[in-house]
Amino acid sequence: MLIFAIARIIPGDPARIALGPSATPEQVQTLRERLHLNESLPMQYGYFIGDLARGDLGISLYTNRPVTTDIATFLPATLELIIVAGIMMIGIGLPLGVLSARYRGSWIDNGIRLISLLGVSAPSFVWAVILMLLFAYFLPIFPIAGRISDTYFVQPVTGFQMIDTLLAGNLKAFGSAAWHIVLPAFALALAGIGQAARLTRSNMVETYEKPFIEMAHSYGFPESRIARRYAFRPSLIPSLTIIGLDFAAMLGNAFLVEAVFAWPGLSRYGVAVILRKDLNAIVGTVLVISALFLIVNIVVDLLIAFINPRIRLSQRAS
Amino acid sequence: MKRTLTILIRNPLSLLGLTLVVLVVLSALFADFIAPFPEHRGAIVDFANFNRAPEWPYIFGTDLVGRDLFSRILYAYRISLLLGVVVLVIAVPIGVTIGLAAGYLGGWTEFVLMRITDVFLSIPPLVLAMSMMGLLEPTLTNGMLAVTAMWWPWYTRLVYNLARSEREEGYVLAAEVIGAGKAHIMFREILPNCVPSILTKMTLDLGFVILIASSLSFLGLGVQPPTPDLGSMVADGSKYLPDSWWLTVFPGLAILVAVFGFNLLGDALRDILGVEQ
Repeated sequence: MLIFAIARIIPGDPARIALGPSATPEQVQTLRERLHLNESLPMQYGYFIGDLARGDLGISLYTNRPVTTDIATFLPATLELIIVAGIMMIGIGLPLGVLSARYRGSWIDNGIRLISLLGVSAPSFVWAVILMLLFAYFLPIFPIAGRISDTYFVQPVTGFQMIDTLLAGNLKAFGSAAWHIVLPAFALALAGIGQAARLTRSNMVETYEKPFIEMAHSYGFPESRIARRYAFRPSLIPSLTIIGLDFAAMLGNAFLVEAVFAWPGLSRYGVAVILRKDLNAIVGTVLVISALFLIVNIVVDLLIAFINPRIRLSQRAS
Repeated sequence: MKRTLTILIRNPLSLLGLTLVVLVVLSALFADFIAPFPEHRGAIVDFANFNRAPEWPYIFGTDLVGRDLFSRILYAYRISLLLGVVVLVIAVPIGVTIGLAAGYLGGWTEFVLMRITDVFLSIPPLVLAMSMMGLLEPTLTNGMLAVTAMWWPWYTRLVYNLARSEREEGYVLAAEVIGAGKAHIMFREILPNCVPSILTKMTLDLGFVILIASSLSFLGLGVQPPTPDLGSMVADGSKYLPDSWWLTVFPGLAILVAVFGFNLLGDALRDILGVEQ
């Protein structure tokens, strides 16, 4: 609804913009009719919802293809990037936070806190550019741009390059695809890593004050077991909520990272259609991203319910 | 206030944050006097000195039309800070008022206001601002508008949660019993108790508004040339990597320094004012 509203209150005639300055008034009129732009706003909204229910997002005026086809083409690349970044965020951010909390007050703690704050403090495109400069140009370890070396061609099945290469049984191509995703995914993950580490740390430090930790100490449990089993698990729940939000932020930040690494994903398509005021495509892109955002939030809620024994067991009892 | 300052200065990280913020604000305010080439903020061409690596007097090098990057970064700070302040000055009162009303009044008001807020929160913030910017003309005013539109719901959510728990407190009940009006209770009784949280969030957010605004202009959806802007400077420069590295590295670091400073300061304020996350 909001998306529809934003798209319709804007100044300027989308039909005219789409056809360019040389279009005749008749051409503009025909296109306006095709897009139902001559009817009242509630009628337009009705058409929009009706088409949406049938999974039809209209034709992109930029590529001249159905918006759904465009999105299906570009979405997997973005999803692949976000999923790898998400794994990095959880796999690096949480352990850093745990380490920081366990050695709180020490130089390890201060170092991790500083690094994670730095990670949060720069937009992902700045990290993307810096990482690219360091690890692709000065130390040519990683490739500069793209998803896979041109020497490999893999039949797209899922659109996820890393899965497609595995399906084709081509390990070398898989290696190339995995190698290409490291830098962009890490640039995208940095803010999330910092956020996850900071939050896990502050929650765990709070948990360490609780009486049950003192009890574990007095029983003489080893420090590592206390950290893992007693301090970490209750602290995970608030961290998960934030990780969900960070996942969502990545959906936006992917726009920036894709631009730097020439990653052929939905975000680059999104920017292209926004710059061309391609209404159907913008509405479609925003809609798909919002839907993803919603799915992520639901998954996080379910995970929290699963991890928290109080919620899990109360559900089973009822 | 004096106590706050002493605590701030004692902790090295907080002191660093305070120093960075003061430096950034001063360089934005006095850009006219600090910048070696104040005229380079605009559309000036000096092909004799184009694309120079950092060397005196161009300490950060020059861009592709020969403008001093250091001077342009100072003026870009001015615009970023202005944008951040304006966005918060508009977004905070709106968000806070809606949050207070929803949290204290409850019932239908709460339902309607919070559903509207949820709608805004259901789109990733950067995507919301981007689509608005793309559809509007890319000017500074519209940039402020787009960022404000994505910012107020966060304050609504913050204040809503605070107000809901404050509603049950004894002092609110006392005020109700002696017949205080609803507006009085909302703004004079509950609001002062929310101020530390709001203040902390505002300090952190000044950094994040700069971050988001630079992200928008990085994509070409923000302030347009020749106005100096950190995001678009990084975007333009990234085409000339790795040879003309200074074109991207210095504006990028400039963003990092400003946001980092505000984050450190915000963290310090949170500890001092005892605000929970």
